[in-house]
Amino acid sequence: MGSARAHDLRTVLSGDDIARASRRIAHEIVEKAKGASDLVLLGIPTRGVTLAHRIGAVISEIEGIQVPVGSLDITLYRDDLRLRPARALEETSIPEGGIDGKTVVLVDDVLFSGRTIRAALDALNDVGRPAAVRLAVLVDRGHRELPIRPDYVGKNIPTSATEQVRVHLLEIDGSDSVEISAQGAQ
Amino acid sequence: MTTYVIRGVRPYGEAAVDIVINDGVITELASPGTGLGEVIDADGLIALPGFVDLHTHLREPGREDAETIESGSQAAALGGYTCVHAMANTDPVADTAGVVEQVWRIGREVGLVDVRPVGAVTVNLDGTHLAQIGAMANSAAGVTVFSDDGKCVHDALLMRRALEYVKAFGGVVAQHAQEPRLTENAQMNEGALSGKLGMVGWPAVAEEAIIARDVLLAEHVNSRLHACHVSTAGSVEVIRWAKSRGVNVTAEVTPHHLILTEDLVESYNPVYKVNPPLRRKEDVLALREALADGTIDALATDHAPHPHEHKDCEWGAAAMGMLGLQTAFSVVMETMVEPGLLDWRGVADRMSVQPARIGRVATQGQPLEVGSIANIVVIDPKATWTVVAEELASKSSNTPFAERTFPGTVVHTFYAGRPTVLGGVLA
Amino acid sequence: MRHLLSAADLDRDAALLILDTAAEMAALSDRSVKKLPTLRGRTVVNLFFEDSTRTRISFELAAKRLSADVINFAAKGSSVSKGESLKDTALTLEAMGADAVVIRHWDSGAPYRLAHANWIGGSVINAGDGTHEHPTQALLDAYTMRRHLRDGKGALEGVRVGIVGDILHSRVARSNVLLLQTLGAEVTLVAPPTLLPIGIETWPCEVSYDIDAVLPKVDAVMMLRVQQERMQAAYFPTSREYSRLYGLNSDRMRLLPEHAIVMHPGPMNRGMEISAEVADSDRAVMVEQVANGVSVRMAVLYLLLGGAKELSE
Repeated sequence: MGSARAHDLRTVLSGDDIARASRRIAHEIVEKAKGASDLVLLGIPTRGVTLAHRIGAVISEIEGIQVPVGSLDITLYRDDLRLRPARALEETSIPEGGIDGKTVVLVDDVLFSGRTIRAALDALNDVGRPAAVRLAVLVDRGHRELPIRPDYVGKNIPTSATEQVRVHLLEIDGSDSVEISAQGAQ
Repeated sequence: MTTYVIRGVRPYGEAAVDIVINDGVITELASPGTGLGEVIDADGLIALPGFVDLHTHLREPGREDAETIESGSQAAALGGYTCVHAMANTDPVADTAGVVEQVWRIGREVGLVDVRPVGAVTVNLDGTHLAQIGAMANSAAGVTVFSDDGKCVHDALLMRRALEYVKAFGGVVAQHAQEPRLTENAQMNEGALSGKLGMVGWPAVAEEAIIARDVLLAEHVNSRLHACHVSTAGSVEVIRWAKSRGVNVTAEVTPHHLILTEDLVESYNPVYKVNPPLRRKEDVLALREALADGTIDALATDHAPHPHEHKDCEWGAAAMGMLGLQTAFSVVMETMVEPGLLDWRGVADRMSVQPARIGRVATQGQPLEVGSIANIVVIDPKATWTVVAEELASKSSNTPFAERTFPGTVVHTFYAGRPTVLGGVLA
Repeated sequence: MRHLLSAADLDRDAALLILDTAAEMAALSDRSVKKLPTLRGRTVVNLFFEDSTRTRISFELAAKRLSADVINFAAKGSSVSKGESLKDTALTLEAMGADAVVIRHWDSGAPYRLAHANWIGGSVINAGDGTHEHPTQALLDAYTMRRHLRDGKGALEGVRVGIVGDILHSRVARSNVLLLQTLGAEVTLVAPPTLLPIGIETWPCEVSYDIDAVLPKVDAVMMLRVQQERMQAAYFPTSREYSRLYGLNSDRMRLLPEHAIVMHPGPMNRGMEISAEVADSDRAVMVEQVANGVSVRMAVLYLLLGGAKELSE
């Protein structure tokens, strides 16, 4: 079992890589927004929320002000709801100041078909009217099915459609890494 | 008339004979294989006196959509019956000589069983005025059993009067025991289950209290009383006590009360809705014991056909009642014969002799002997059959036994010397 | 889960899933656009044979907030057409493509018949059948209790609940006893003996005739409506006596622990089972129960209709 795994799994980002990428994204966000005053970070559950908190912490460090960080569950806006039994909802937590007139940065761990982000945009639309919406992802693995593009990317990792990208974060999985497993392998 | 020979049959399960029937009468019990006439093979089968039902609803006049005297007679014959007592809750109610004679005449025209009309106790079953009991008794129908079945003669004074009055005509009052005030809108047996399901309950005491009162009234005025469809262990106790005091009381039990219990109501399937309702396992066992030891004298089907739309709905809106004529014998086989509670003589007694005696029907329930009228049922104790509701002869299909497999089949039925059923189908 | 017919259908996990989903749905009412696209294209029919404006509106609002199409069918229900109505109505709704039927009916077991008689293919939600059950009421009651007594999370282990009133005729009581037991709460029923069903000893709860003894020991007291008309069938001698012995007035309210809440499924008979002062006090959470009802019903509709249609069990 062990040796078979070593063949099928390759690590594409180490813990240090993730930390550096997150710092860079934080800087890029602040640079583009010319500051952090009207920023709101909304992570998409589950790991997007963890990443949003990390990026928010870096921004706070750089700019010296607290950036509101929250979560946006997109389950109810998915376009594939009818394909499986009803899914349990994750937490949606919009920070106190709301999103009207703010620059919302959606944060997710992996960008793939783009459907999750499409759902997130629809969800945002019903929550309020941001001045702008940006997208930050740790990994862009290609294979877009909708015209969605990220503003800030940790790493572009070309993959085949059947490969699986696994993001592990310390707060949830006990360690930081991004791995790719080969076609069909579990 | 043809001479028939039922070949190789075992009367009451005893030694095999050829029963020779001539002109409606048993003329000989010959050695097997020696009887002369049209032979009906009955090797390995058992002969009993034709069954007599004290309690049937034929629905004609008035509810011919549910059943007619003809379809009911067919169901009866297929169930091994040669006589049925047709209850009076028709439309119009059988409370005059006119209606009972109509039922009687149609029964004779159909000619499959003896249809004995039951006369109502009160006009229109309203419980306030005695019906013309004398006129009905003296009519061509010769009514001897009087009942408001469907409803209870709950007024104590009226019940007393009825018990007294029928004495002049050798009649019996058959009481449907149900205190109306304790059972308003009742849907099922009252107990833990009715509490859980949130259904209005039909407490056992509503039956027992009426029977207790009636046996004392019958004793006081020295009259005959018959208790319809006894359904509780408590009622059995009361009847046992009354009999021990010498009260002239008889009792009947339905096949469904010998085998089905209230937990079936949890399915909310209205086929299980019946009056009196299905009760607990303890009641079922007490009733079987009572039928075995004779405290309950007779099996009576309370065959109650209902059209589809009165059962294919929600429970509260459904009508109460179950079919019973074609499945009665099998239920008795499964619940009484197979466990050894009744032998074949016992079955003959409870399903033929006693009912005929209670109904004062001299031509029925006669022993399988030379000289007796040939009302005979031939059954196969080893065969089994599966009930298919749509294939029953009744116009309705509200049987609680759909798709159930039972032991014992009715193979041949002879009514007044003529075969009505041969090989399990109408002759 | 294809139907919701009885509180007994829900095991602990299913009940918690509904409550947790309802918590997320509740946040919706704070938004300016109170709409989710989740049930777009689904049709929900409110089939109410018994009049009930508040429950019907609650289900209607819940369905509409999820973008479902709602049809309200108020069957006239004359005693003549009682039997025929349900089946024929069901067949009509099926022909119109109802994905879910929310049914309130005067007969215990009617939703069960609807779900199992093969008249319709959609989901059936019991909105109250006779004196049998009202599962979404029990769910919103549990949700309310959890919000006040368990910080809005988890189950109700150790929560002590008193339910007072006409237990015999109450579908709210039956559903609550079942669901509260599933969630680990301890229930005590209080009523005069005439308003308790035969066999109550078999229910998973305590029973008492003495409200004053029970009130100091509960975290939540649920008052049930008692109809004045019951007096006619001799369930109690007069409304005055009932109210004196079992009504929740200000004096009795003082017997409750500090943190305890007062609940009522509504509609209330002010002056009968509950006094006006208690109904209007800040212990009383009836208004919040109504709001929670919408969230809970949204959760139920989402879980039954939001995903792939489950094949029959």
